[in-house]
Amino acid sequence: MIANALQQIGRRTFDVLATMGFAVMTYMKVVFGFSRMSVFVPLLIRQMYVVGVQSLLIILVSGLFIGMVIALQGYQVLVSYGAEGSLGPMVALSLLRELGPVVTALLFAGRAGSALTAEIGLMKATEQIASLEMMAIDPLRRVIAPRFWAGLICMPMLATIFTLVAIYGGKLVGVDWLGLDTGTYWSLMQAAVEWKQDIGSMLIKSVVFANVVTWIAVFRGYHAVPTSAGISKATTETVVQASLMVLGLDFVLTALMFG
Amino acid sequence: MINKDSDNLVVVDGLTFSHGERLIYDNISLSIPRGKITAILGPSGIGKTTLLRLIGGQLEPDCGHIWFDGHDVPQLSRKELFELRTRMSMLFQSGALFTELDVFDNVAFPVREHTRLPESVIQTLVMMKLEQVGLRGAHHLMPSELSGGMARRVALARATVLDPELIMYDEPFTGQDPISMGVLVSLIHSVNETLGSTSVIVSHDVHEVLSIADYVYVMADKRIIAQGSPEQLRQDQSEQIVQFLKGKPDGPVPFHYPAAPLEQQLRELAGGESAGK
Ligand SMILES: Nc1ncnc2c1ncn2[C@@H]1O[C@H](COP(=O)(O)OP(=O)(O)O)[C@@H](O)[C@H]1O
Ligand SMILES: [Mg+2]
Repeated sequence: MIANALQQIGRRTFDVLATMGFAVMTYMKVVFGFSRMSVFVPLLIRQMYVVGVQSLLIILVSGLFIGMVIALQGYQVLVSYGAEGSLGPMVALSLLRELGPVVTALLFAGRAGSALTAEIGLMKATEQIASLEMMAIDPLRRVIAPRFWAGLICMPMLATIFTLVAIYGGKLVGVDWLGLDTGTYWSLMQAAVEWKQDIGSMLIKSVVFANVVTWIAVFRGYHAVPTSAGISKATTETVVQASLMVLGLDFVLTALMFG
Repeated sequence: MINKDSDNLVVVDGLTFSHGERLIYDNISLSIPRGKITAILGPSGIGKTTLLRLIGGQLEPDCGHIWFDGHDVPQLSRKELFELRTRMSMLFQSGALFTELDVFDNVAFPVREHTRLPESVIQTLVMMKLEQVGLRGAHHLMPSELSGGMARRVALARATVLDPELIMYDEPFTGQDPISMGVLVSLIHSVNETLGSTSVIVSHDVHEVLSIADYVYVMADKRIIAQGSPEQLRQDQSEQIVQFLKGKPDGPVPFHYPAAPLEQQLRELAGGESAGK
């Protein structure tokens, strides 16, 4: 009885370790395994265009509106304490610390992540992945690595763009519409924002989210069941799991950095 | 561990393989002679694609050996396997052209990956291969603009561009109109002649296969049930072979999936419905 239970536990542990080992090996291969730079760089640039540039519009529009909404809501609260001068710091800090990286990651999962999963899943279903294997070309290096790196590079840039646009949106509402003083808006913001604490945390968060979201997207695609039902399921799972992971990790990171 | 067999390029010996719980091959053996066209016939879902993937080292057998020119494929390291794969190529059922590359780049792809030839040489090589399959004029088209037959011909050009020793065809005739079918049959034949390579065709298109192959294996129910030259198979009188070659709906391979007798099921359904009311 006890021996049996121990055996079970042992086997489970071994399975988990083996899976983790496999995952780490694959991750290392994707991250460091690209072979020839002359081959890799064009592929990377192409993917950065697909993943990054094509996500730009949704990032710009969402950023602008979110910045405007925060300013509007924040103003209502601050004005009742006579503290509407602090609108600048409030907008900037909430965006840098939380909304910038988080909303960008969520949008990225929906816009680029789902597309990555579907594309790779379809490459699998149409035997393009198997065909690479048979040509003695490693699809992890050829297909997965450039897409993963593109996500890794693009997401922090997108988060930065999102935050800048949103701060500008806040200025549109606070200064141009509600009539705050421009100088106050910017100078108090500059005084409140700290390099390490705020801008650093935004970058750290978005690098972590970029890893998680892109990794989930490429791997859901790579391990999708190669049928139409399988690919649609994988795509949904990418968005759901990536979003949940982002929100969960955001709490953990916030607790670590500000707690 | 070396099993050098000068007549056969590929030797499958005592192969057993299952997908999860499901047994696909139960101890089969076959050999594929050099320079010849060998066909493996079998109904859909029997595991023909699986066999090609086993030979290519994409899947690992439960037990048994798969020798390719003296190398036991399942025993190879990944590096050795990749080296071996440069000597073989596979024509996938769907063609498996890369959708983001045009016809020319698709055919040039293996060359650019595995050699450092100058672009002018690649140009000549690819155009020659495309000429061979009659599609030189289509070099600028994208895969989405090709008909099914053309896509398969491009895939054939790509599969042969590095002059492989072994070419594996996965159901090359399936879903083709009669003209493309004829074109493919003669292409496969001429490729085999001009390159002197070894060909394996897995298929369920009996007529085409018997017209092109030098030697044929017939598979059913996890095993090889017959083998021989096309002539010998046409003479074979065993029920199973006759059913398969002539395409009779019922025979040793039943038309009906196993089920309870129809009468009994109808009665149960009727009973269930009246009970539900
Ligand atoms: N990855 C897989 N996992 C589980 N079963 C599979 C897998 N691939 C194929 N099969 C099953 O194995 C059988 C043989 O597949 P396949 O080799 O594609 O047959 P064929 O090419 O002869 O039509 C099929 O019934 C299929 O459902
Ligand atoms: Mg098949």
